[in-house]
Amino acid sequence: MAYLEMKQITKVFPGVVANDNINFSVEKGEIHALLGENGAGKTTLMNILYGLYRQTSGEIWINDKKVAITSPKEAIDLGIGMVHQHFMLIPALTIIENVVLGMKENKQILDLKRAASDVCAEAAKYDMTIDPFMETWKLSVGQQQRLEIIKALYRGVKLLILDEPTAVLTPQEVSVFFTMVRKLSEEGHTVIFITHKLPEVMQLCGRCTVLRHGKLETTVNINDVKNKQELARLMVGKDVEFSVQKTPAVPGEEVLSIKNLNARNNKGLPALKNVSFDVHAGEILGVAGVDGNGQSELVECLTGLRKIDSGVIRIMGVEIPKLAARTILEQGVSHIPEDRHRRGMLKDMSVKENLILMNYFKEPYSTKGFLNWKWISGYAQELCKEFNVKTPSIEEKADKLSGGNQQKFIVGRELERKPKLLIAMHPDRGLDIGATKYIQSRIVAARDSGSAVLLVSTELDEIMELSDRIIVMYEGGIIGLIDDPQVTREYIGLLMAGTRPQDSLEWMSPCP
Amino acid sequence: MAIEISNYISMAIRSALPILICGIGLVFGSRAGIVNIGAEGFMLIGAFMGVVGSYLFSSAWIGVLVAMLSSMLISLIFAYFTVTVKADQVVVGMGINMLAIGLTTTLFRRLFGMNTEPIKIESFSPLAIPGLSDIPILGTSLFTQHAPAYLIFLCIPLASFILFRTDIGLKVRAVGEHPRACDTVGINVFKVRYGAILFSGLMAGFAGAYLTLGLLNFFVEDLMAGRGYMAVAAVVFGKYSPVGVMLAALIFGAGDALQYRLQAGGSVIPYQFLLMIPYVLTILAICGFVGENKGPAAMAQPYIKE
Repeated sequence: MAYLEMKQITKVFPGVVANDNINFSVEKGEIHALLGENGAGKTTLMNILYGLYRQTSGEIWINDKKVAITSPKEAIDLGIGMVHQHFMLIPALTIIENVVLGMKENKQILDLKRAASDVCAEAAKYDMTIDPFMETWKLSVGQQQRLEIIKALYRGVKLLILDEPTAVLTPQEVSVFFTMVRKLSEEGHTVIFITHKLPEVMQLCGRCTVLRHGKLETTVNINDVKNKQELARLMVGKDVEFSVQKTPAVPGEEVLSIKNLNARNNKGLPALKNVSFDVHAGEILGVAGVDGNGQSELVECLTGLRKIDSGVIRIMGVEIPKLAARTILEQGVSHIPEDRHRRGMLKDMSVKENLILMNYFKEPYSTKGFLNWKWISGYAQELCKEFNVKTPSIEEKADKLSGGNQQKFIVGRELERKPKLLIAMHPDRGLDIGATKYIQSRIVAARDSGSAVLLVSTELDEIMELSDRIIVMYEGGIIGLIDDPQVTREYIGLLMAGTRPQDSLEWMSPCP
Repeated sequence: MAIEISNYISMAIRSALPILICGIGLVFGSRAGIVNIGAEGFMLIGAFMGVVGSYLFSSAWIGVLVAMLSSMLISLIFAYFTVTVKADQVVVGMGINMLAIGLTTTLFRRLFGMNTEPIKIESFSPLAIPGLSDIPILGTSLFTQHAPAYLIFLCIPLASFILFRTDIGLKVRAVGEHPRACDTVGINVFKVRYGAILFSGLMAGFAGAYLTLGLLNFFVEDLMAGRGYMAVAAVVFGKYSPVGVMLAALIFGAGDALQYRLQAGGSVIPYQFLLMIPYVLTILAICGFVGENKGPAAMAQPYIKE
């Protein structure tokens, strides 16, 4: 019998069936992938297993015993641990405080020193050294993830759920991470690996369960799967075109030029250090780098959302740092922001209202301060059609749309303005393959029609596929400029981790 | 001169005490992510019920006990609305304050009548610590205080220890930073927040009772004069730690005592300006006079379980 069996699990949220009669079983010691597009119900299913949600119907069996998991506490008692996509660590506490937090074995007066030595011993087994009394906010993302795993192990986890664990890691960190997961499995831990990345499933997992639209598609042995195309077909339900069609770039005049840009982050620490580069019309410049190496600050400086300390930013020859955000946008800049909920849309307003945020004050959107709703409705309808936004109506609150459709209307709104410069940050974060490919092809189309594109992404595959040139950011500086299409992802991965390879490579010219 | 200094220090400490007692409770509430504007109302209830308790049972200590229990009861209402119903903490706090003013005024008139002479209550009298109180200047000011004063100063290291070294303190701090993370490790966020609020209520009741039974020896309608808000300010000023709150409260107390001294000494400054001293200090404290001061990350945010 299987170690874990989830039988006929159904979870209904108001208006949505997130899990529809799903059967899912995992053997002891295996690494089992849970594959599916966004919204397929993977995380919901695992949140049920971890006690964060209660299933509407269905049973959970562990070691042939039926269990009722109503809260994470019970899940932890059953030896289930979960590393969430957004880490559940408390930045203000120390590492050891994070590890012991909430453990029922804790004495009323905490003996953190003893706990620290136990945790260090546990960490050493996986070749990790940690300073248990360091504050957690000082850790890199990769370290935080390992801390999450240590936290689970310290609680005696037998079944570990990893929710999209590689989304935030560099290629090198991913390989360290894989080694750790393999070791866990060798020691008899069972691992459930939630992902939508096919190569990782092929590389790491023994079996794979595929969910689609909340339903179980199938469970397959990875050995029986020929290639990732086959997995993709299972996941999406149809053949998937992996590569975006793209012709070589024909760069035109210089659109964006940045010289020796310096700026600080929200904590007042230097975030951008002497950044210089330029982007020309008709090319896509990819900005690669691990999250938090100055990319957000760079984009904010360009869009008038952050003060700069020194340096020059010119868009079409106009110096922009002193200009208001709207004036910058009026220069022909479009911005697809990093966090669509925070900066891309107003979630309580309708799709229609969201589509005119940049233009409402202009003819023909409004006349003498009064909005032309009739004209706007027609415009919004056309835009939604053009960009495949699936919404019951243009009056629907933006919040009610799926992430993919929200992103599509933002991309539509920005591209419709025929930008001279398009700044796109994580344009397809959290989107499924279909929506991703669609948005990528629209960005390439914008390039082909003469826009200069600055594409910021932490997804190396996306950067490599779309960019004509690539810069890599590390700790606020540009560590490498790459304009050779033959460069390997391992090489860029090294740069992302801050290592500048010693062998001089002709195609790599370090920036001043 | 020596006597004047001694009196001044003594007065400063006594003025600081209600703010300090209330502030210790609020530290735990704030650390758990609760902005408790209602402290003013909690304290007023305590001030009134302390008088009632002392009047009925002829014991200041029983007065304190009654005050603590009454304020805790009121804080339960606050907790229900902010934690369970997830209403805005500031709005509920203001509501509690208005309720407290109305409730104490009505009950006071009902119980003690409108125009009677001051009611006779048992209050705390100074308790000199033998030996220590004979030290010149500081002896009389530090060691001739009311019994609750000694108790509170002893409580400060204890509160620090609980907050930073015990399991329950860790939970309180964690809940104020990242309630969802706490939920995922099996902590009942609601329980912790209820506990922190009830403790704040308990201490606010104590503070109120000390105000009427130790400092003023009477009750008049609406006598708080913003001391509850000053306690909230002291928590921010003191960077959310018990020791910090103690220092902040002493600074406020010093301001208050200064105001009395200058008034009594016939200062040329109009007394209205002198009265402002403690409040100006409060405003400076809140306006980041202390430099960058980050409170708990989940401050004032109700926790909504998915």
